[in-house]
Amino acid sequence: MAETPTDAALKVTPLHAAHIAAGARMVPFAGYDMPVQYPLGVLQEHLWTREHAGLFDVSHMGQARLRGADPLAAFEAVTPGAFRGLKPGRQKYSVLLNAQGGIVDDLMAGRPDDDGLFVVVNGACKDNDFAVMAQALAGQVEIERLEDRALLAIQGPEAAAVFQAHVPAAAGMAFMDARALSGFGVDLLVSRTGYTGEDGYEISIPAHAAEAVWNTLLSDPRVKPIGLGARDSLRLEAGLPLYGHDLDETVSPIEGDLGFCVSKKRTEALAYPGAARIAREMAQGPARDRVALRVLEGAPAREGAQIADASGALIGVVTSGGFSPCLKGGIALGFVPPAHASPGTRLAVIVRGKPQPCDVVTSPFVPHRYVRK
Amino acid sequence: MRFTKDHEWVEMDGDVAIVGITGYAAEQLGDVVFVETPEVGKAYKAGENFAVVESVKAASDVYAPISGEVVEANGILSGSPDTVNAAPEAAGWFAKLKPANPAEFDALMDRHAYEQYLQTL
Repeated sequence: MAETPTDAALKVTPLHAAHIAAGARMVPFAGYDMPVQYPLGVLQEHLWTREHAGLFDVSHMGQARLRGADPLAAFEAVTPGAFRGLKPGRQKYSVLLNAQGGIVDDLMAGRPDDDGLFVVVNGACKDNDFAVMAQALAGQVEIERLEDRALLAIQGPEAAAVFQAHVPAAAGMAFMDARALSGFGVDLLVSRTGYTGEDGYEISIPAHAAEAVWNTLLSDPRVKPIGLGARDSLRLEAGLPLYGHDLDETVSPIEGDLGFCVSKKRTEALAYPGAARIAREMAQGPARDRVALRVLEGAPAREGAQIADASGALIGVVTSGGFSPCLKGGIALGFVPPAHASPGTRLAVIVRGKPQPCDVVTSPFVPHRYVRK
Repeated sequence: MRFTKDHEWVEMDGDVAIVGITGYAAEQLGDVVFVETPEVGKAYKAGENFAVVESVKAASDVYAPISGEVVEANGILSGSPDTVNAAPEAAGWFAKLKPANPAEFDALMDRHAYEQYLQTL
């Protein structure tokens, strides 16, 4: 019974039985039967992660190795980043682009070791992503999907101390470092990243060891399991966009406020898909900007809520939003024309027909606590 | 106290009906972070959307369990929406209605029938 997902068409991660045993409420997500919350509940799971350490099963995400004569150079054919300059032991956030410069997915790509490029993409997009890469990079890289590996994230101010007690070598890592390490008796691919705004690690482990590692980390009283519900509210407070909501194939990295992952030089050289559009947007400004909105009163604004300016004219839409457990109010990400995108601009979100005042604010809503060198 | 399949409860206090969501509903929603109670003076038909309850995750509609005019909304919920979790079938009530048709109350499930209904979910 515990091994059976709620819907037979759904896939399960190597930690499925552990989630059920922990009393998780399971929901379909990205084709997997995933824990949306544990008995603690979304609000307390969120606050626990901000104060202590939360452990997340993100094994639905797509992991792969790209190997070839020069995988870094090859990877530049589908992304706007300067991957040739990616040093051993480092990782980059990037986006996979279509020919129009729209975002096919966002991803992490790193060099934990000398074995090509280690790539992690979103679960809901992974089949398409690897097909796009295989087609664009045919003859240059071999893509090996690592379907026999689980992926965990441990996040929060106490996450580093917990993880380093088991894997001391991880102590030398800074934000966006990536390493192949040994720990828990198996080989690990470790990066000092996450998607909550907190310090912490993402850990790729052989599937057969996943449950033992999960239980070992949870045996530390500073650690609790955290479901997808709190994962979403944490990333929203951190101002981090969610693919399929804040980013899609129509949104460029400039519109999406991801200019930091775009190489200026490679854009000027028109050296990647859609670079002409990105160059134009960098020079003239995009048609719309992703902004962070703080709802000042009333109900939280959720995905799909319209955004109005001071005159009541509809100027944009909320792409993800909800209640911030740390700020105890509504926060949202959405798109508006650049004229309305400066922090301090008073706008309104329309919730169930009622305009509610909101301010454009600087992102993140809750400060990041990454450990940089 | 009577119950609907959508997990609202109604209790008669003289000729006024007190309305809220059940303990089961509150448990399913998780931590309530916002409640939009109905406007005093507005009339609703049974089954009409008359309030919204929000958790961190999502907003859920609450339906009027019986027809009637709103005579009072629970002001506590604007400052302390978590009262819905703490006492869903008492201090966490949503609104008081003047029933339009007392027969609607009698047609709802009693607690035994509601608990049997929960077993089927």
